[in-house]
Amino acid sequence: MSEFRTGTTVKQASSTNTNSMSTLLSGAKILLECLARENVECIFGYPGGVTLPLYDALFDSPIRHVLVRHEQNAAFEAQGYARATGKVGVCCATSGPGATNLVTGLVDAMMDSIPIVALTGQVSTKLMGTDAFQEADTFGITRSATKHNYLVKNISELPQVVHEAFYIAATGRPGPVLIDIAKDVFQGNAHYTPVAEIHLPGYKVYNEGHGGQIRRAAQMMWEAERPFIYAGGGVIAANASNELRQLVEALDAPAVCTLMGLGALPGSHPNFISLPGMHGSYAANMGITHSDLLISLGVRFDDRVTGRLAAFAPHAKVIHVDVDPSEIGKNRHADLPIVGDVKRVLPKLTAELKELEPACRAKNAAARQAWWKQIREWKEEHPLVAETSPTEIKPQHLMAEINRLSNGKAIVASDVGQHQMWCAQLIRFDEPRLWLNSGGLGTMGFGLPAAIGAQFARPDKLVFAVVGDGGFQMSIPELATIVNHALPVKIIVMNNGYLGMVRQWQTLFYNNRLSQVELSSFPDVEKLAGAYGFKGRTVESVTEMPKALEDAVSEPGPYLLNVKVSPMENVYPMVPAGGAISEMVLRPPQPVEV
Amino acid sequence: MQQIISLLLENKPGALMRVTGLIGQRGYNIESLTVARTLDATLSRMTIVVDVEAAIRAQVIKQMNKLINVLQATDVTEAPSVNREMVLLRVRAQQPSRTSILKEAEIFHARVVDSTMEGFALEVTGDPEKLDEFIDVMRSYGEIEVTRSGIVSMSLENKKLRLSPPVPTGVPQEEYALEEAE
Repeated sequence: MSEFRTGTTVKQASSTNTNSMSTLLSGAKILLECLARENVECIFGYPGGVTLPLYDALFDSPIRHVLVRHEQNAAFEAQGYARATGKVGVCCATSGPGATNLVTGLVDAMMDSIPIVALTGQVSTKLMGTDAFQEADTFGITRSATKHNYLVKNISELPQVVHEAFYIAATGRPGPVLIDIAKDVFQGNAHYTPVAEIHLPGYKVYNEGHGGQIRRAAQMMWEAERPFIYAGGGVIAANASNELRQLVEALDAPAVCTLMGLGALPGSHPNFISLPGMHGSYAANMGITHSDLLISLGVRFDDRVTGRLAAFAPHAKVIHVDVDPSEIGKNRHADLPIVGDVKRVLPKLTAELKELEPACRAKNAAARQAWWKQIREWKEEHPLVAETSPTEIKPQHLMAEINRLSNGKAIVASDVGQHQMWCAQLIRFDEPRLWLNSGGLGTMGFGLPAAIGAQFARPDKLVFAVVGDGGFQMSIPELATIVNHALPVKIIVMNNGYLGMVRQWQTLFYNNRLSQVELSSFPDVEKLAGAYGFKGRTVESVTEMPKALEDAVSEPGPYLLNVKVSPMENVYPMVPAGGAISEMVLRPPQPVEV
Repeated sequence: MQQIISLLLENKPGALMRVTGLIGQRGYNIESLTVARTLDATLSRMTIVVDVEAAIRAQVIKQMNKLINVLQATDVTEAPSVNREMVLLRVRAQQPSRTSILKEAEIFHARVVDSTMEGFALEVTGDPEKLDEFIDVMRSYGEIEVTRSGIVSMSLENKKLRLSPPVPTGVPQEEYALEEAE
C-alpha cells in the first residue's frame, strides 16, 4: 500500500544547518538572501503598497532592480533575460493590480516554457479575504498561468519556497513560478539559516531517456529512407544546440527548426531548411509531408506547425523526444517515444548512430541521396527570398537588410504579427538564444520589453527590437526604461499602417472586409524619441532604408527607426487554418478582372 | 464513460484547486470527489469520478502527474479496485410502512442512525449501483432526502510509487540532480 511506504519516505524537508549560523532578519531580507543564493543579479519590477518593506530592503541590496513602466513589461523583460541566457529571470509586482498585470507575461512564459520567477506582494494575512485595498486572489488567478505557484503566509516557509520555486522554474520543462508573499511576512523577523536542500517528492524530472528506446531510435534512423529532423524550442531550453548539430551531422538528414527553435541549428548549416508550418518554406513542409521518419526533438506538434493533423507527415513514423511526458502522444502518436532531456538523450543517440553506422550506412545510401536531391529541388523551386521593389520598401526587404547587418549574430526580439513571420523566414540565426519571440501565446507588446531584458543580460550584443506599428504602440511606455538605463536597443518599427496579420486574414478569408485594422495617427517618431531624449527617424524611401538601418546600428545609444513599408503586403507561403501543410498557398492570389 | 481517478497528493493548501482546476479548465464536470488525509498526515488520498472523452483520458492522468503536489495519479476505472460509497437517507415513514422500511433496509445492510415519529435516518455503504437501487426502493415509501459521499476507491494492485529525492540548494542550475527515466 503506497501510503505505508510514503509514511517513511516523505518527510517535511527542513534545513539541516545548525542554529549557530542563524541570524535574525526580516522576511524581506531573507527573500533577498535566498535570491542571492540563487545567483539573481537583476529583478524587473514595479513597487507598491504591500511590497514597500521589500523595496526598503532592496535599497541596501547588491541585486540590481530595473524599474519598468508597467508590470506586464516586467514579466516580458524577465523573459527576455531568461530567453537570452537560459538563466531564471525574476520579476516583481505589488498585490492586486500589480499581480494581475503580470498574468499575461506568465501565461506567455508558460506557453513557451521560459523559466521565470515572479514575486508578488499580498495583503497582510489578517486582511486576506476581506476585499482589502489592492487585494486580489493572486494565488487562485495564477494557478493555471504558472507551472507552480505559492502563497507564503508564514515567514518560516519563505526560504524553502524560494529555492523550490527556482528549482521548479529551471528544471524539467522550464516555466514560470509565482510566489505570493503576504506583507506581514516581509515585515516579520525570523532566524535565518540557509536552506541546504529542498524536497519535492511529487516533482518528477525525467532526463536521461530510456537506453533501449534510444538504441531502437538509432536503428529506425538508419532504416529510414527519407528521415527528417523536426527540432523545437526544447532544444534551445536544454542548451542542446551542439548536441543537435552532432546528431544532424551523424545522420546527415535535413532539419527544420520551429518558430521557437530557430538558432538551435545554425541558420547557415547546410542541413538546415527553414521553419516549418503555417508560414514555413515549401521545402520544409514538403519534406515533412514526404518523409518516412520524423525525428521530433523538443517539439509539441503545435497546430501552427502541423496544420491539419491527419495530413501531417502522413507517411512518417514518429520518434518523439521530450522532457515532458504529457507532450508525448498529445497531438500525434509517437511510434517511438523517449521521455528525456534532449541535452542528455541526443549524445547517446549520436553515439548509437555511430556505432551502427558501419553496418547500416550503405543500406539506404541511394534512397537517401535521392531524398536529398528532392529536398534541394524543393528548395530551389520555391526558395524563401526577400522581395524588393525599386519604388517602395517591401517589408521582406527590410528583414533582408536587418539580416545583412546581423549576419547571424545579433539578438532579434520580435513582436507578434506579419513582421514576426518575415523575421523568422528571412533573418538567419547562427546561434541559439538570439531569436526571441512570443511563439505560443502570440502576445502583442512582447518585442520591445523582451529586447530590454535581453540587452540587460547581454550588454555585449547588438539587440534589435523588430516590432509592428501595432505592437509598438502597446509598449511605448517602456521607452523610458530604455533611456533610464541607456540601453542601446535598436527599435525597428515595420510600419504598414495596419494590424497586418489580422488584415491578411480579413483579406483572404473575410471577403476583404477590413474591420478595425487600420492604424492611423501613428506618432512622429523623431519627436517621440526626442521627447524621451534619444534619436528617432522615419524612413520612407527604399534607397535610404539600408543606410538608415546602418545609422541606427552605429548610434551608440538607443535608436527608434520607423520604416514605412508597402502597406498591403501579405506573408507567404501560407497554410490556411485547418489545411494540410502540403497545400500551402505560395503567393498572393492574382487579381481577377470583373 | 465515467473515469475513476485515484490520486495521492500533498496535504497542502491549493493542492485540491490544482487538481480540480485541471479538469474544470477543459470543461469537464466532476461527478464526485472525496479527499481525506492518509496515514501520513502530510498526504491526502483523493478519488475523483469524472466523465472524460476516452481519447484524452491518458492525457488527463499525465497532466495530473505533472502537478508538483501530486505524488501519483492513477486511472483505476478498469484496474482491479474496490469502489464504495456511503449514503445518508431520511425517509418519511408513518406507522403502517415502518416495519417494511426496516426490513428493506436490512436487505441493503443499512443501519438506522435516527428514528423519530416522522421517519428514519438510514446509513448505508456499498457499491454505487447498489446504492442507486436502495434509493429507488426507499423512494417508493414516500418523500426522501439523500446525501451521497461520492466514491472512495482503493486499488488492489501493488503500484510502485516513485518519489523524487531531496535536492541540494545553491548549486548551478545545470548541475541539478538528474534522474533516470522509466
